[in-house]
Amino acid sequence: MSDTRAVESDLARIGVDRVLCTGHGICARTLPEAIVLDEWGYPILAADAVRPADAKLAVKLCPARALFLR
Amino acid sequence: MSSELLWYLSRATGVVSIVLLTVVVVIGMVTAGRRRPHADRATIAAGIHRWLSLGMTVFIATHIITAVAEGYVDISWLSVVVPFTSGYETVWIGFGAIAIDLLVTIIVTSLLRHRISERYWRGIHWASYGLWLFAIIHGFALGTADQPILQGITLACGVVGGLAASWRVAVSHADTDRRQEIKSQEWV
Repeated sequence: MSDTRAVESDLARIGVDRVLCTGHGICARTLPEAIVLDEWGYPILAADAVRPADAKLAVKLCPARALFLR
Repeated sequence: MSSELLWYLSRATGVVSIVLLTVVVVIGMVTAGRRRPHADRATIAAGIHRWLSLGMTVFIATHIITAVAEGYVDISWLSVVVPFTSGYETVWIGFGAIAIDLLVTIIVTSLLRHRISERYWRGIHWASYGLWLFAIIHGFALGTADQPILQGITLACGVVGGLAASWRVAVSHADTDRRQEIKSQEWV
């Protein structure tokens, strides 16, 4: 991953609306490199910059509409 | 294509549609009412719910087009969307038309989900229960009445969907449970 820095500006930034989140855990499976789940099943953002295509899919699949692009 | 072939194709795609619709609706209920969080299963369920609901429209479209194109009974294009205007089986085709109207509304609002408020989207999405019930009645009353196997499939879909709906009503919401559990913990 030598060109990570070069494409960093192309990455999408994601956020979680904590009030809307109901802990389905789907974002942790669609964005495994960026999101892990806490012991209750709610997401912890390990990194907020992800590939735009992955981010869009994850946002679409969030049943609570709590995941968003920033 | 002969009229008879179209009629059988219409029945076949109709019965496939009711099975796929039931799968989509049941998976939607499982997602909405899930008892314990399980990220892997939830992800597969959300994916199936989203893409199977779009994929099944191919079968529903074929079901409608063949039913209208087949010329033996009088089903007009208008009666596909306006309930109770069909010359043939006015009431039961009408139920199918109601189901189609609801299906189109639910699919369009879901595709535009990020442009409308959660409240409206959710309110409209509740109509899925009605859509499914109208579709089951339409299928049971019409095409499969003299075919025990097809009628059995529709009936089985009705039973499975009915059980899933009762489960959905009966279960408490996983998120509510967990939030209450977390709240009852002591601060350390």
